[in-house]
Amino acid sequence: MDTDQLIRTLAADNSYRPRPVGFVLALMLLAAAPVSLLMFFSMLGVRPDVMSAMHNPFFDLKFAVTLALAAAGIAASLHLSRPEVSLAGFGWLFVIPAGLLAAGIAGEAMMPQRLPMMTRLVGSNSRICMTAIPLMSLPLLAASIIGLRHGAPTRPTLAGAVAGLMSAGLAATFYASHCTDDSPLFVMTWYTLATALVTAIGALAGARFLRF
Amino acid sequence: MREREDEWTGLMRSAMAGDGAAYHRLLKAITPVLRAASRRGLARAGQPPDQAEDIVQDILLAVHLKRHTWDANAPFAPWLFAIARNKLIDALRRRGRRVFVNIDDFAETLPEEPKPETASAAEVTAQLNTLPARQREVLQSIAVESASIKDTARKFSMSEGAVRVALHRALASLTAKLREQ
Repeated sequence: MDTDQLIRTLAADNSYRPRPVGFVLALMLLAAAPVSLLMFFSMLGVRPDVMSAMHNPFFDLKFAVTLALAAAGIAASLHLSRPEVSLAGFGWLFVIPAGLLAAGIAGEAMMPQRLPMMTRLVGSNSRICMTAIPLMSLPLLAASIIGLRHGAPTRPTLAGAVAGLMSAGLAATFYASHCTDDSPLFVMTWYTLATALVTAIGALAGARFLRF
Repeated sequence: MREREDEWTGLMRSAMAGDGAAYHRLLKAITPVLRAASRRGLARAGQPPDQAEDIVQDILLAVHLKRHTWDANAPFAPWLFAIARNKLIDALRRRGRRVFVNIDDFAETLPEEPKPETASAAEVTAQLNTLPARQREVLQSIAVESASIKDTARKFSMSEGAVRVALHRALASLTAKLREQ
């Protein structure tokens, strides 16, 4: 087929209007969230003392951190689905969850503690945390990769990694309501390790599936 | 230079608003620029320039299928060159070379050289035969016989909507097949 013929054909297809990437991504995430929630409620469930835990600022801080990570991930993913952009200007979004966590650590250090630092850091749920967050984020990650295939990311590995951060942020939000370790030191250590794992999986998936 | 790119942006805005003629003009206008840059990329990688048309068609298909990622408030040229650069790197990598493509390849003013008005490419043509029969017939009717959507619908006793769907599916699966090879 010669190029003029191709151009004529493309022009004839101009009436076809693809949906915006954000719409497709939202649809995919809405479809995957029930799967992750089902995993959560069948295996973990909300911690029994959640009503009193909500009065503990360090319990609430976990949600602020994980939701800030998820929101930054969504914004950065959508940004990276455009071919001509770089992450510059959007990377700072990830400073927000990190900063909230750092403020929490500083705040906790200034308060009198019943438990020594290492005990709070090691906690009692590290293994569940490291398993549950990656597992619950997998459906979300798969969904976001499928949604982002609708875009045109020229840096597919980075876009996949950012999708991993977003999925881990959402999965960690679910997990935080189960976990009884509220110390920001625990969050800094184990949530971060789990998130790093999901981010690495996302980067691999992005390199493989987000090329266009 | 600036003027040319402003014109592209204007045409693309009209195209996105549904103006098929503007879209046709835009694709015609960007093709020589894409062709020259593809030749230059191939030459720099030590590849024969006769494969440039495959890359041009690959870029045009990507422009078409990803045009919803263009922000209508942004200039069109940087978006176009990012897509083109991505496709050129991909094509050269598939041919077994690791090369760096300079974005200026696309933006530079081009030395005048005798260029063909249009050229045929092997890859898209080869993939045509792998399409389902109905999609291929619709695509050929519009591409080769330059029939309109309406005429094509009448010829195959299909609704115009069905022709549009078949046409779009044909283009999307052509692109997917080109990527897989």
